[in-house]
Amino acid sequence: MEEKDIRNELASIRNIMERSSKFISLSGLSGILAGIYALIGAYLAYRLIYKGPIRIYDSLSVGTYPETITYLLIIAVAVLVASLITGFILSSRQAKRKGQAIWGKISQTLLFHMATPLVTGGLLILILLSRGYYGIVTPSTLIFYGLSLISASNFTFSDVKYLGILEIILGLIAACLPGYGLLFWAIGFGVLHIVYGSMMYLKYDK
Amino acid sequence: MKIAFDKLDKAFENRVRLQIMSVLAANDRYDFNSLKDLLNITDGNLASHLKALEKEEYIVVHKSFLGRKPNTNYEATAKGKQAFKDHLNTLEQLIKQQKLT
Repeated sequence: MEEKDIRNELASIRNIMERSSKFISLSGLSGILAGIYALIGAYLAYRLIYKGPIRIYDSLSVGTYPETITYLLIIAVAVLVASLITGFILSSRQAKRKGQAIWGKISQTLLFHMATPLVTGGLLILILLSRGYYGIVTPSTLIFYGLSLISASNFTFSDVKYLGILEIILGLIAACLPGYGLLFWAIGFGVLHIVYGSMMYLKYDK
Repeated sequence: MKIAFDKLDKAFENRVRLQIMSVLAANDRYDFNSLKDLLNITDGNLASHLKALEKEEYIVVHKSFLGRKPNTNYEATAKGKQAFKDHLNTLEQLIKQQKLT
């Protein structure tokens, strides 16, 4: 065995250990697109909220605009669904290229660990919304999303963990500054996704 | 000190066996079908290599049922993990040694 052979052997061991325990087909490009969808969503929400002379955050607590809340929910769900579909399509393309199963042991583990905090947070937010606590929505979406990223990061690129930490910090700041929810939402789901998506695209998508 | 090639574990001479051990070193347990997909080899091929590793007592088998489907999981033993570690160390030392000469 030559040195080159041994190096190849060690590299192939490292590769298979990584491929067997981490979902390395997560597409950075889908992160960028998700960020763009979020910014579009935030813009539409902004138009909706600040169209008149009254700021909706002042009037929301009074609960005079239930239909606006419905529109905002529709925008949020549309952004979420579009991001999920994009992520799924681009990641399965990537998985094919990297020889990893899109629906296998690892992607299932990843999804489970991501979904647990996400579903918990989503349900909690819906419960709080139904009780009229509108101000809690932005900070808690950011915080629960951050938690789900950290929990998922053990099964994919470790960069995802730092994105998660940033989302949590942003969520906590948003909780201290009520009324700026949309701004933090646009930063957390829009700007951070575009920044991190670009980084991961350059690092891993090739 | 010269490290001989015969210090390398004979059980890992075969590439598939080394790959199986790599997977079981990185994961607590791995099931037969996922292993097959990952390594991209046939049922028979994989089964024979698993048997060989089992005979060396490097891995243990856990058989259970998922509904009606049999689900076979494999786990590395302490002995197997140690053997894998030693094998990697030997490979590393071989590289160092070749650099010196």
